[in-house]
Amino acid sequence: MAIRTSTQQESPIWQRVTRQRWILPLISLVLFLGIWQALYLLLHLPTFILPSPAIVWAKFLQVLTNGIWWHNTSYTLLELSLGLFFGAVTASILGYILSKTPTLEKLLSPFLVGSQSVPVVAIAPLIIIWFGPGLFSKVLICALTVFFPVLVNVLVGMRQVSQDLRELMDSFKASKWQILRHLEIPASLPVLLGGLRVGATLSIIGAIVGELVGSDRGLGYLINLGRGQYDTALVFVAVFSLIFLAASLYSIVLFLERRALKWQTWQEI
Amino acid sequence: MNSYPENSLVVQDLKVSFQETDGLLQVLDNVCFSLQKNEFACLIGPSGSGKSTLLRALAGLIPYESGSIEFPEVHGRKPRTGLVFQKANLMPWRTLEENIALPLQLAHTPQAEINKKVKEMVELTGLQGFEKSWPHELSGGMAQRVAIARSLVQDPDILFLDEPFGSLDELTRERMSEELLRIWNEKRKTILMVTHSIPEAVFLADRVLVLAGFPQGIVLDLPIDLPRPRDDELRYTPQFAQAAATLHEHLKL
Ligand SMILES: Nc1ncnc2c1ncn2[C@@H]1O[C@H](COP(=O)(O)OP(=O)(O)OP(=O)(O)O)[C@@H](O)[C@H]1O
Ligand SMILES: [Mg+2]
Repeated sequence: MAIRTSTQQESPIWQRVTRQRWILPLISLVLFLGIWQALYLLLHLPTFILPSPAIVWAKFLQVLTNGIWWHNTSYTLLELSLGLFFGAVTASILGYILSKTPTLEKLLSPFLVGSQSVPVVAIAPLIIIWFGPGLFSKVLICALTVFFPVLVNVLVGMRQVSQDLRELMDSFKASKWQILRHLEIPASLPVLLGGLRVGATLSIIGAIVGELVGSDRGLGYLINLGRGQYDTALVFVAVFSLIFLAASLYSIVLFLERRALKWQTWQEI
Repeated sequence: MNSYPENSLVVQDLKVSFQETDGLLQVLDNVCFSLQKNEFACLIGPSGSGKSTLLRALAGLIPYESGSIEFPEVHGRKPRTGLVFQKANLMPWRTLEENIALPLQLAHTPQAEINKKVKEMVELTGLQGFEKSWPHELSGGMAQRVAIARSLVQDPDILFLDEPFGSLDELTRERMSEELLRIWNEKRKTILMVTHSIPEAVFLADRVLVLAGFPQGIVLDLPIDLPRPRDDELRYTPQFAQAAATLHEHLKL
């Protein structure tokens, strides 16, 4: 039998530096800002076409201090969290029920397949028309975008649960609830979280499209506002905030995925 | 149930069939045998003769059509059974010790007791130092030890093993057999183990049952009167060869 010893190998400094997860993204960010500033200086474009990084930064500080930034960002954040939460929860529950009733699954499968090929953002304007420009319609759009990827992945995940492990649970006389908790959830979690990762990214697009179509608050509204006033710096601030939001959301789901999959040899996606 | 005081399992005229789309698939019929308390029995038979099916019926995983399976009470309670599959069947998201703890968790055992029993099982199966390992980090033999530890943690009175070492290489297999004997000695359980290796059956068992395919049932019930404790030397004695030859003959039928 193998014996455990703990010796850690030393690696060269540059390797240890590049292994720091933030160092390479930071380099690319600095590069990006440098090119942007250079373009601004070389092309002499008017500010309403391309503002400099400094102007955008000043704008950001301005909307940050007067509360406009948080007023709108928090609203988009709220739409997203509510939409993601309700979308993922209903999809998981419905996915579980469908996986337990094969006839129902077969009945609904054409819609599930269809839903994969129609982007929900395409019906965002419809939803705004039907439910008005308030919070509800945006939450609904987010929920719908995340709903289908999660639902499909729950079905796939449940199908992947090992028959041998089911038999093992049976041999211990496990209840339905115990099987769900100790087998089905952990076994299908990787696939479910994969669906959530896709869904989360899509749902941001959903929220913004919803806000662009009709809203008086949120980052999409801020983009509209900036465009209308030729305040391009404001549009930039809103777009960067969006990117930041998307990246954070992605990281959160990725973090959850890593936590849930710590038992696997993790591969970068 | 008092008619077989020294028995720990009595099977009579057991019949098992599977409902398939194109009719009934009959797998077992006329299966009669009994196991004595603390006996080590091996079940051997050609592939497809229904050994796994028999074990699954005994463990209560599948229903049987007719006949009876009786577990006479031990110390005034229903005996507990444990089952080990051919594959280790570990949950990849649980560490080694969490895998062993699974049956106790499902039975709502208090955490302190779980810890104590799991520790005991880890020591019994020689897995110290790997408690926090993930299944994918274990060798096949170690994984199978975990499976055995998991089946023993609830202290079953009867243990069913379905080709537990089938996926291991010859040497590991022999070592695991010896360990199983040691555990059996220490814990004193009734064991019914399916194997397709004649030497393994003769080396381990007090009794070897030969199961022929439908509808013959158990066609040979061969006592192995070799002395215990058994060690490797035994494999080269004439008595060993004699028993192996008898089994071989009946398996060819
Ligand atoms: N769940 C099932 N549904 C339908 N048929 C089954 C099922 N399980 C087993 N069978 C059939 O029962 C027969 C006996 O299978 P079983 O697995 O018990 O054989 P075995 O003796 O264990 O064989 P092996 O030595 O190859 O493991 C086979 O013909 C198999 O196809
Ligand atoms: Mg089998």
